[in-house]
Amino acid sequence: MLRLIFQRFGSACFTLVFIAVVVFGAVELMPGNACTAYLGRDAKGAKLENCEARLGLNRPAVERFGEWAGNVLSGDLGTSVHRNKPITELVGWRLRNTIVLSAVAILFGVPLAIFLGVLAGLNRDRPLDLFLSSTSILAMTIPEFVSATLLILVFSISLGWASGVVIVGYRAPVLDLVMNSVLPAVTLALVLTAHILRMVRASVIEVLESDYVLMARLKGIPFRRIVWRHVLPNSLLPAISIIGLTMAWLLGGVVIVESVYNYPGLGRMAVDAVSDRDIPLVQAIALLICSIYILTNLATDLLALLLNPRLRTFRT
Amino acid sequence: MTALETAETGETTGGSQVRGRLRRVLSSPSGLIGIAIVVAHVLTALFGPAIVPYDFALQDADAILQPPSWAHWLGTDMLGRDVFTRTVLGGREIMLICTIATVIAMLWGSLLGILLALVGGWVDNFVMRCVDAMMSMPWILFVMIFVAALGTGTAALVPILGVSYGLSVVYLARSATLEFVAKDFVLAAQARGERRRTIILKELLPNVRDSLAVQAAMQWSWMVLGVSSLSYLGLGVAPPTPDWGLMVADSRSMMAVAPWAVIFPMAALSSLIIGANLAVDAAAKSLGVDRNARPGK
Repeated sequence: MLRLIFQRFGSACFTLVFIAVVVFGAVELMPGNACTAYLGRDAKGAKLENCEARLGLNRPAVERFGEWAGNVLSGDLGTSVHRNKPITELVGWRLRNTIVLSAVAILFGVPLAIFLGVLAGLNRDRPLDLFLSSTSILAMTIPEFVSATLLILVFSISLGWASGVVIVGYRAPVLDLVMNSVLPAVTLALVLTAHILRMVRASVIEVLESDYVLMARLKGIPFRRIVWRHVLPNSLLPAISIIGLTMAWLLGGVVIVESVYNYPGLGRMAVDAVSDRDIPLVQAIALLICSIYILTNLATDLLALLLNPRLRTFRT
Repeated sequence: MTALETAETGETTGGSQVRGRLRRVLSSPSGLIGIAIVVAHVLTALFGPAIVPYDFALQDADAILQPPSWAHWLGTDMLGRDVFTRTVLGGREIMLICTIATVIAMLWGSLLGILLALVGGWVDNFVMRCVDAMMSMPWILFVMIFVAALGTGTAALVPILGVSYGLSVVYLARSATLEFVAKDFVLAAQARGERRRTIILKELLPNVRDSLAVQAAMQWSWMVLGVSSLSYLGLGVAPPTPDWGLMVADSRSMMAVAPWAVIFPMAALSSLIIGANLAVDAAAKSLGVDRNARPGK
C-alpha cells in the first residue's frame, strides 16, 4: 500500500518535472526566442539587445532553466515581456477565478453525470438510454465554442435568462463570480457530464452483467436493493479515477470557454498572452494549469486507491 | 473475423478486400450517413470556388447585416460579406491543414509506436513514460506554447499539429502492435534473421493496418475540432482566408442582430465533425477495432 502511494507520488513528480522541461525546452528548440517573438519586425539592434539583457537571454539555456525552475519552486514565475510585471502578481487572482469556475462546473456536472449515467445504465437500450447516450456523444463531439455560442443565442439573446458575457472584474468577490458564471459553467459541465456519464453507464452495465448480481437476483433480492447494495458501490468506485482524467478536458475547455464569455481567468489570459507573443507568460500559465491537472489526478488516484481495495493488489 | 485471419498470415491483399471492408462500413446506416456527410464536405471544398456567387472578401457597404434573401442566400455579415460564399469556402483551409497534419502524425507516431513495441525493454519504458507525461498536458496548452513561439498561419500549424497529435498515435500503434510481437509468425521471422525493417513492414504493419486507419480518421476529426477552436481564438487560420471558426468569432458581437452570420458556419463545422465521428464509429465497429483504446487526453 505504502509502496503504491510512493509510486504515484513519484510518477506525478516525474510528470511535473518533465512538463517543465518540455514547456521550457520547446521554446528553446524553436527558431528565435521570447524577445524576437515579442518584438516581431522590430527585433534588431539596441531594442533586441535591451530586451534580451532584461530577460537574461544571453546566458546559456541550461543555466536559465535552472534559475527558472528554482524561481518557480519558490513561487516566482518570472516577468511578463508584454506587461512588464511579475507574472505571479498577474496570475494570482485569475488562478482563483479559474478554480472557482471549474469548481462550479464540477459541483454541478459530476453529480448530474453520475445520476444520469446510472439511469442510462439501468435502462440500457431503452429510449431513455438512447436519448442520454446520443445527447452525450453530441455534447462531446461539438467544439466548446459552438456549444457556448448556441447557449448564448438561446438563453441570453432569445430568452434573456442569463447574461452572455461575464462583466465582473478579475478581483470580484467569489459570490459575484459564481452568480455571473452560470453559462460558462454550464458549457464546461456539458462536456464533463457527457464524458463521465458514458463511463458510469458502461461501468453500471458491466456490474449488472456480473455473476454476483445474477446471484443476488436468483436469491430473489428486490431489484432496488441490488442496485443500492451491489451495483452502485461497485460501479461508482472506478468512476473516481475517471473524474481525475476528465480534468484534462475541463482544463483544456477552460481556455476556450473563458475566451467566449470574457471570463477573467487563466485561460483567457493565456490566449491574450499568445496573441501578444508573450512567451514567459504562456509558459507560466501552461505550467500552472498542468500542475493543477497533475495534482488533482494524483488526489483522485490516491482516493480511488483508498476506497477500492481491489486496486491495491495491482502491481503495475 | 475472416479479414483478421487473412491479415495474420502477413499476405498483402488486393483491392477486393478493401472493397469488402468499405461495404461493411457502408452497410450500417450511421456509417453511411457519416461518410455521405464527409464526402459532401470534401466535394464542396474541392468545387466550392466554382459555385460561389460572390468573392469571399467582397465587402458590400450597401448590404450590411442583411437577413437571408434571394440575393444573399444565407445573409451577410457586419462587413457586408456574403455568408453563403464564406460558409462554402470556410472548410477548405482547415481540411487541408488537418489532412497534411494527420499524415505527419500518423507517419512518425505509428513508426515510433511499432518500433517501441518491437524493441521493448527500458527504451520502450522510458519513451512511453515521456509520452504519458506529455499527454497529461491539455492539448490546447501544448499547441499554444508552440503558436506563441512560431506564430499562426498554415505553415506553422501543420508541423505543430503533426507533432502534438502524433503522441496519441504512438500510444495506439504500440498497444496494437504488442498484441502481435509475441505471436509465432513474428518470432519465426526473427529466428529467420529478418531485418527489423522487414519485420515491421512485412509482418507487423499489415496486422495493425486496420487500427491505424481508424486512428487516422479519428485524428483527423479531432484536428478539425482543434484547429477550428484555435481559429476561433484567433490563433489558427489567418484572417483573410474564410474559415468557420474565424467567421463565428468575427460575428459574435453582432449575434443578437444577425444570428445567421454565426449559425451557418457553426452548422457547417458541426455537421463535418459529427459526420466524421459517425463514419469513424462505424468503421471501428465493422473492422473490430476498439475505438477507445487510448488513455484520456
